[in-house]
Parts: sequence; C-alpha cells; structure tokens
Amino acid sequence: MPFLPEEASSFARHVDHLYLFLIAITAFFSVLIGTLVVYFAIRYHRRAPDEVATEVHENAVLEIVWTVIPLGLVLIMFYWGTRVYFRITRPPANAIEIYVTAKQWMWKIQHTDGHREMNELHVPVGMPVRLTMASEDVIHSFYVPAFRFKRDVVPGRFSAAWFEAVKPGKYHLFCAEYCGTRHSNMIGWVYAMTPADYQAWLSGGTPGESLASAGAKRFVEHACNTCHGDQPGARGPSLAGIFGKVIHFSDGSSRIADEAYIRESIVNPQAKLVAGYPPIMPTFQGQISEEGLLQLTAYIKSLSSAPAGTGAAQTGPGLSPGPPTPIPPPSAPERKTQTP
Amino acid sequence: MSATPERPERRVNYLNAAYGVRSWLLTTDHKRIALLYLIGVTFFFALGGIAAALIRVELLTPAGDVFQAETYNKLFTTHGVMMVFFFMIPGIPGVLGNFLIPLMIGAKDVAFPRLNLLSWYLYIIGALMAFWAVVHGGVDTGWTFYTPYSTVYSNGWVVVTAVGIFIAGFSSILTGLNFLVTIHTMRAPGMTWMRMPLFCWGMYATGIIQILGTPVIAITLLLVAAERLFHLGIFDPAQGGDPVLFQHLFWFYSHPAVYIMILPAMAVISELVTAFSRKPIFGYKFIAASSVAIAVLSFLVWGHHMFVSGQSVYAGIVFSILSFMVAIPSAIKVFNWTATLYKGSVSYQTPLLYALGFIGLFTFGGLTGLMLATLGLDIHVHDTYFIVAHFHYIMVGGTIMAYLGGLHFWWPKISGRIYPEYWSRVSAWVIFVGFNLTFFPQFIVGYLGMPRRYHQYPEEFQVLNVMSTAGASILGIGYVIPLVYFIWSMRYGAYAADNPWGATGLEWETPSPPPTENFPETPTVSGRPYDYLTARDREAAIG
Repeated sequence: MPFLPEEASSFARHVDHLYLFLIAITAFFSVLIGTLVVYFAIRYHRRAPDEVATEVHENAVLEIVWTVIPLGLVLIMFYWGTRVYFRITRPPANAIEIYVTAKQWMWKIQHTDGHREMNELHVPVGMPVRLTMASEDVIHSFYVPAFRFKRDVVPGRFSAAWFEAVKPGKYHLFCAEYCGTRHSNMIGWVYAMTPADYQAWLSGGTPGESLASAGAKRFVEHACNTCHGDQPGARGPSLAGIFGKVIHFSDGSSRIADEAYIRESIVNPQAKLVAGYPPIMPTFQGQISEEGLLQLTAYIKSLSSAPAGTGAAQTGPGLSPGPPTPIPPPSAPERKTQTP
Repeated sequence: MSATPERPERRVNYLNAAYGVRSWLLTTDHKRIALLYLIGVTFFFALGGIAAALIRVELLTPAGDVFQAETYNKLFTTHGVMMVFFFMIPGIPGVLGNFLIPLMIGAKDVAFPRLNLLSWYLYIIGALMAFWAVVHGGVDTGWTFYTPYSTVYSNGWVVVTAVGIFIAGFSSILTGLNFLVTIHTMRAPGMTWMRMPLFCWGMYATGIIQILGTPVIAITLLLVAAERLFHLGIFDPAQGGDPVLFQHLFWFYSHPAVYIMILPAMAVISELVTAFSRKPIFGYKFIAASSVAIAVLSFLVWGHHMFVSGQSVYAGIVFSILSFMVAIPSAIKVFNWTATLYKGSVSYQTPLLYALGFIGLFTFGGLTGLMLATLGLDIHVHDTYFIVAHFHYIMVGGTIMAYLGGLHFWWPKISGRIYPEYWSRVSAWVIFVGFNLTFFPQFIVGYLGMPRRYHQYPEEFQVLNVMSTAGASILGIGYVIPLVYFIWSMRYGAYAADNPWGATGLEWETPSPPPTENFPETPTVSGRPYDYLTARDREAAIG
C-alpha cells in the first residue's frame, strides 16, 4: 500500500519533504511522551498501599526548556511551511491559461483555443498551467492529490491558482469542498501529457470557437461595445490594452486590471469608477453566466495581448492565443442608460 | 479502590432527599442537574454514534451501495451536529462541571441555581429541535453549514436545526456565566485562586470562551436562517453577498468551540494524573496559566480553516503562526502531566488508564494539528480524511477519553457506588485499541487524497476504509460496556467510601453521595492543592 500519492507536480516533492519532516517531529515527540509515560508508570508503580510519592513538583528550568524547544521547532515549521506556501501560491508569468467552471456536480473546462472538456483536463508536463475558476452555484474545491494542489472555487468571484505537472500520467481530480447530494460524483481525471502528446491532443478533435472570440460575440450581444467601443467620445473607457495595466479610479485609488477586476466591473460596475467617467454603467449581475464572464474576461485580456505584445497572455508553444478579433462596429441597438 | 461492603447507615443525600419526577425536573441542585445533563448527553452521544456506525458501514465498500447519497449526507450531518453541539460542548461542563465545581470550591451550589436549571432546559429543547429536524426532515449541509449551499441550495431543514443550535447556545452561555460567577464569588474561606483545583481553572477558561464566542455562532446561524427565509443576500453571491464571510463568522466561534471541548478534558486529566500518582501536580501555575492562554489564543486562529478559500496570502501567514502558538501552552500541559508521574506512587486504576490514553492520543492529535497549521502542507490535506483523523484524535481520543476517565473517577461520589473494576479496565483497553484502528488509517488515506464527506470513493482507498470500519466496530463495543456497567452499578455496585481513591480535594471530604447542601458546614482551606505528601491521615484512611 502506498504511503504517499504520486509526486506529479513541481511542488509535490517540496510538500512531501515538509510532511516527512513533520512526521519525524511527530514521531519523536509521540515516542518520547509515550515512553516517558509508560516508563514512569512502571518504574513508580505503587507496590504497597501506603507508598508515598517523592516531593518533586516544580522546576523552573524544565518549564523554560519545554517552552522554548517547542517554540523553536514550531517557528521552523512555520518558516518552512510558509516557503512552500509561497512556492504554491506565486504563479509564474508564462503559464498556459485554462478556464474552469464548476457546478453541481461537474467540472467544465475551457481551453483558450476553444477545446472544451467535461470532468477531464489535459495538460502538458513541464509547463505551468494557470486555472481561472468560477462556480455557478455553491463552493467547490479543485483538488488533484498527485499535484498536492487544491483551491476552493467560490461563487461570485474568480479563483485563480496554478500548477505544473512534471510526470505524465492520469491523476484523480476531486471536488474537496462538500457541495451537495452528488459531491462524491464530482470527480474526474487530469491527464498530464508529454508536450508531443499534448500537441497531438490539441490538434485532434474540433475545437469550437476560441474563448476570446466567443467573448467578443457576447461583448456585442450585451451591447458592451456601445460604450466601450473605442469610438471618440465613447461613454465608457476603452478596454484595449488595459489588462495588466494600472487603472486609476475617481476616488484617487488605483489597482492593476486583473481578472478579478474585470469580473467586478461587469457585475458591480459602481464599485470602482475609472477616473473621468460618470457612474452610468448598469450592473450585469445575474444576466451573464459564469462561462460568459470567463469568455468576456478572456476577450478583454486578448485585447491586451497580441498587438501590443504585453506578454500578459503569453502562452506555451503551439497554443495559439487566437488572433484578436477586431471590435465590431456598434451595430447593436442603443441601450437605454441613465445619464447623471 | 476501597469499598464499604455493607450498606452504610442510611444517610440523607442528594439522590434520596426527594423522590418523584417533579423533584428531578424542577430541581435546582447542581448535582441533580448534572445527572440530568448526563442523561441528555448520553442520549445524544448514542444518536451521533449510531449515525457514525451507519457512515462506517457505507464506507466499507467503494460504491455507494448501502444508502442513497442524500441519506449518507444526512447521516454525517447528524453525526456532526449531535456530537459537536449536543455532546461535546455541553458534555464535560454540563455533567462534571456542574457536579464538581461547587463541591471543589466548598460552595453549597452554583451562583445561580435556577439559571442552571434553565440552562438544562434550553439544552434539551435545542437538542430535541435539532433531533426532530435531522430525523424528520433531514439536514444535509454538514455541521459546518457552509454558504451558499446551506442558505440557497440545500433542501433540508436547515432553519429548524439552526434554531435548535441557537437555543442550545444560550444554554452554553448561561452555564459559562454561572461557572465564572461561582468561581469568582463562592470559594470557601481560604480557597485562594492558587489553591483552586486545576479542574476549576480549566472550567474557568472554558467559561470565558462560552460567553465570548457563543453569541457569534448565534448571530451567524440567525443570518443563515434569515437568508434562507427572506433571501437577504448576506452570504449569497448572486445577491452581492460573500460566502466566505460566513466561514469567518462560523469559525470565529467554532474554532474556540474546539477549546470549549478540549479545555474541560485537560482539566479532568490534571485531576486524574495527580490523584493516581498521589503526588502534587507538577507545575501547577503553568498548567493553570496555560488554560487561560489557550482560551485567549483560541480566538485568534480561526483563519486556518480558510487557507485554500482564497483568503489573502498574508492573512494566511498570520493565522498560521498564531495557530502554531496554541501548541506551546498545550505542550506545557503534556510535559507537566508527564512530569507529575515522575517519582510518583502510580496506581493503575481505570481512571488513570483513560488519563494515560488521553496523554498519548492528545499528543499525537496535537502534533498532527501542527501539520495543518503548516501552510504548505495544509493545502494538500485540507478537507481530506487527514483532517477527519486529526480532529477525532483530539475530540474522541482527547475529550471522550477524559470524559470517561472523569466519569469513572467521580462515579463513586456521584452515585455512591463502585463500578466493576475488571470490566472497566477491559473497556478502557477496547476503546484505546478500537479508537486507533478507526482513526489512524484515516491519516494515511487522507494524505493519499481521499476527500471527506464522500459517499463513494475510488477503489484504492478501500483497504484503509475497511480497517477504519473494523476499528469503529471495536470502538462501539468499548462504549457499550461502560454504559451497561454504570447502569448496573447504580443498583448492584458495592457502596463507595467517601474517599475511595485517597484523593485530595474538598469533594472527597464530603459523603458519597453528598448531601444536598454539599457540606454539613462550610469548609475552610488552609493548604496548597494536591497536598498528598503531608496529608498522611488520608493515606492512613485508605491503607
């Protein structure tokens, strides 16, 4: 029976080393306490009913020793654990982007080139993969034990995380956060493939429309282009090239435009107003599905990647980011919006 | 253990002072209320235990073939809700705390006897409501009620269960309040803080958490009920709510609640180890202070339940180091208990067997808790059977071992009878072996990746699950044996002497069972606690 799952991701080895260190500490202290307790119980066993104990009930030095040594050890654990945590939480810049939608009780995967999968995820080994995940209903958790990788998918926000597979194989994908009746059926497989096999997989099948172009369609469908269409005097800021850039807001604050910011600007546009624009955008909360939000996000990201070459959506070899779809002319009917 | 073979002269005590159902249901005697709690927690422990047994039966095979998925989910919810809210939290405080605190500090009763009875009624009403909900309607959210599943998607009787827990929460608050006031104001002359038994220190620390923490779970559950009924949009992201806010509020209480469960257990162990080593406890002040330190730190670690929820990396780091800090006062206690055995006069009576079992299992459970405080490791084992194993080592290996140890230790005082020594030793060993066989394999299957709350699972996890189920069968037998002989002993057990263990403490200076007013006259205390070395007269008494 195996004691550790396969070490199939770049950080699995580091997690296991940490685990073995903690097992050693656990074993040491469990054996120490167990041995002392059993030894004392036998050595000082009451043999005559009136046997009296020896007066030993204080020792300041001992108290200090058994306070300071555990303190030192837990600080080592803390330091080591935090280093591994940083390794797991800091995504590299050049990751392949994959979009995940979780719902009761399935995993829907969208690749940028339009490949879609259900409860299966194909990834190449040796290349970091960044997941942008959304839930359509309750909290789920994307868990691949062989990768020592887990991340909750919380509804109402994008959850981003990354891993890099290092060993080709077929690995369990579990939902780790209890999500209702068929929680234990919300499982699937992750296929880690050699780059060559991965290329073959990508070129097989019929990829649908790329994510970005699906997003471009929605951009028109929801009449986003009416205000964000880049024409002079448009009521909303242009979205070309904003991804990854610092955006300044009317309250004087600023932040980098990432996926979370794009999502928030769609569902809760009044939360952060771009400086110089009036608060006229209506909310799209509840009008666009989570998949739609992911597609729109992918589209807006694509407006920043190809022509300007900012590198924000730099993808692995063979993974065509898809030519940026030119913004269609504002043909959709004018949306009635309140002017201040 | 010394027993008086013949029936002692008939003395009026709290058990025979009055007869009839009314005399029990309207009693304000803390000792009778303790027995009412004993009946309540035993009943709800049995319910939770039956649910656990059914869970283990389902998990014998990888396929979900015994129960429907929905039934299975209701079973683990029932197990969690019953065990946590209606056994663990009221258990040791309700039974042993109620019985012992006034006796230990030389008081006639708790500070607010009628409030004490109200606490029991609130507990019973809340527990029966939740019982009705889980049996009649069923609840499938897990005892953690995570949103938005619990507020929007679940079809179970979430609101009734939440209201039941809400009501029982007031029982916990009132009990904590009663104990704090009792300990502050009703200590006998000479019973200074530093002469107080460590059991009272532990219950004092527990009371602080009960009073400060429980209102938070109360309001959280009300918000869940309100969102379910009126669609308020507090936790539901579709209405702009934040599901993770629920987790913050829930764990702000429910992590300290873990210490409501374990601090009283530690308090019991401090008494048992010193009594059966017949030696003053090692490091009295350090054990007392560590209880208070744990109570304070317990409020600062809740975020370690959310390391994979998307909480900020820096918040994760802060919660990680604070969680590690809780290990220090816990370690201090373990080392001091161990040192108490050193050069003691150790007698292997059943309560000591439970205490030694506690020390081993709590140490192991605590050390595996350090693995969960370790950020890089928790990401992998979070929400797997590793967690399940860890908290059962603390809750079952820790709290239940201590509860049973304490029940055996004070049973002669509570019932006036002696339980069968042979069977009690057998059950202690059966429980220890059954427990480890049940939960140790879960550490391994958890690290291998088996998520918790799974109705069916991949085949490669079956061997470890079969071991676990086998262990649970043994553990179940281990729990039935004491239930049988405790009931048996109430009628057929030998009569107990006033101080059958030769232990120190005011509770042993009054008859077994004690009279309603506890002490014929108010005792005075002149020496340090656990003074086994100068109390020769007591030793002579048992010689």
